[in-house]
Amino acid sequence: MINFGEILQTLDMIDQQHLDVRTITMGISLRDCGDPDPKKCCDKIYDKITRCAGNLVKTGEEIEREFGIPIVNKRISVTPIAIACEACETDDYVQFAKVLDRAAAETGVNFIGGFSALVHKGFTAGDRRLIAAIPRALSETERVCASVNVATTRAGINMDAVAEMGRTVKRAAELTADEGGMACAKLVVFANAVEDNPFMAGAFHGAGEPECEINVGVSGPGVVYNALKKCRGEPFDVVAETIKKTAFKVTRMGELVAREASQRLNVPFGIVDLSLAPTPARGDSVAAILEEMGLESVGAYGTTAALALLNDAVKKGGVMASSHVGGLSGAFIPVSEDAGMIAAAEKGAITLEKLEAMTCVCSVGLDMIAVPGDTPAETIAAMIADEAAIGVINNKTTAVRIIPVPGKTVGDKVEFGGLLGSAPVMPVNACGSADFIARGGRIPAPLHSLRN
Amino acid sequence: MKAIVTVIGKDQIGIIAKVCTLLAENGVNVLDISQTVLQDYFTMVMLVDLGKCEMSFTELAGILDEDGKNIGMSIRIQREDIFEAMHRI
Repeated sequence: MINFGEILQTLDMIDQQHLDVRTITMGISLRDCGDPDPKKCCDKIYDKITRCAGNLVKTGEEIEREFGIPIVNKRISVTPIAIACEACETDDYVQFAKVLDRAAAETGVNFIGGFSALVHKGFTAGDRRLIAAIPRALSETERVCASVNVATTRAGINMDAVAEMGRTVKRAAELTADEGGMACAKLVVFANAVEDNPFMAGAFHGAGEPECEINVGVSGPGVVYNALKKCRGEPFDVVAETIKKTAFKVTRMGELVAREASQRLNVPFGIVDLSLAPTPARGDSVAAILEEMGLESVGAYGTTAALALLNDAVKKGGVMASSHVGGLSGAFIPVSEDAGMIAAAEKGAITLEKLEAMTCVCSVGLDMIAVPGDTPAETIAAMIADEAAIGVINNKTTAVRIIPVPGKTVGDKVEFGGLLGSAPVMPVNACGSADFIARGGRIPAPLHSLRN
Repeated sequence: MKAIVTVIGKDQIGIIAKVCTLLAENGVNVLDISQTVLQDYFTMVMLVDLGKCEMSFTELAGILDEDGKNIGMSIRIQREDIFEAMHRI
């Protein structure tokens, strides 16, 4: 029998340290839902999602009760709509977002991802229609998340798409001005997007994925933080070992839940995503882990090194605990969703520049950052370009989820509520990048993409 | 199916008797018990077998939770697999 101490340790992790399965995400292919008639296409999408995911929430709740482990979110990702609906004879892609929203509501999931396009090398007609629809789609729906991949290591950076996404982010913020630009919290611009990511807002069901599958995102910043508290002052070798051991346990739990869900829903198990995803709750913070390593505040010199160690140790511990690891797998550093990040931003200890440096060594990018509402679209596009360059050159996923909050400026705060938290508006470098963005074209793929 | 029952709360007379009676009434067989009292707090971990329990896991968990509250204790049941997964390779 498992011993007394081990059982109490698990209960303590769940009760006191916010251990949970962050999300069970069902990936559903919509490639068979295309139809020239948009009405028929919408019907096929609705029917397929509600058929495949009809029992998702119920099954998630059953597993939650039997194992006694909270499963915070049940979600759905679908084939990028620009692909699934390209054959439709319509320019109005907002209707597809609305049908996704209805299907999400019917199945009871809180988010559905996949209002997406992959344009790293160029746009198809469907891609253009989808991107044009994003601002309205996100402002007129509740649960739909959108993402656009603008760069890959293999293809380079599509700077026309980068410029377009700068404008799209601004427009999405303006359409939801009365909610603090909320639509932007549901929009991710990626480089090297992954096809099996279970986390929102960037989840979509990639072209190489099966008909339907279950991907699970584990979490547990609080558990890592508490484990590190016990080795205060010890050298980094001990820190790394401690994180690895903790990540192993957390991932084993995630793997068990993933396999159980897959078996009960009769859907193949895809991957476990080993990410440390913070929430605004006290004690569930990635920033707190970095500070526990000895930093006065996240953002201090040493933050990037601390994060690199954390990210790597989580992967090393987690990889052995799961048969299939995938998704984003790394520590997330969303500002608004992490109490420690919010505090650091409020006192000016962390800046956009430091966050950008941190994204070089973790997953995934400039995430949930509020900036002044008058930030020009070109400046946002240039931030996207910088992040994409980091991803492309370093062969990793990077992303930008930034909110130019209409009517707000540095010193103001914006509330998104729930897991999305609240964010202080952070200062942005005032020097312009308009001429840089106006060039358009493509930044070529780096030399190390030529591997054959 | 095997499960772990954990009982935690302020110490009082007859906790083990009450919990075991409750489990027996619901067809749950106790395989192993570990128990201690730390600073007036009673903590008990039981390995149980649900092979002869006729109700669903959810119903049983609900009854244990409810009856636990009645005697001022937290009684929780979880499938053993989760502890195995986390603590054994």
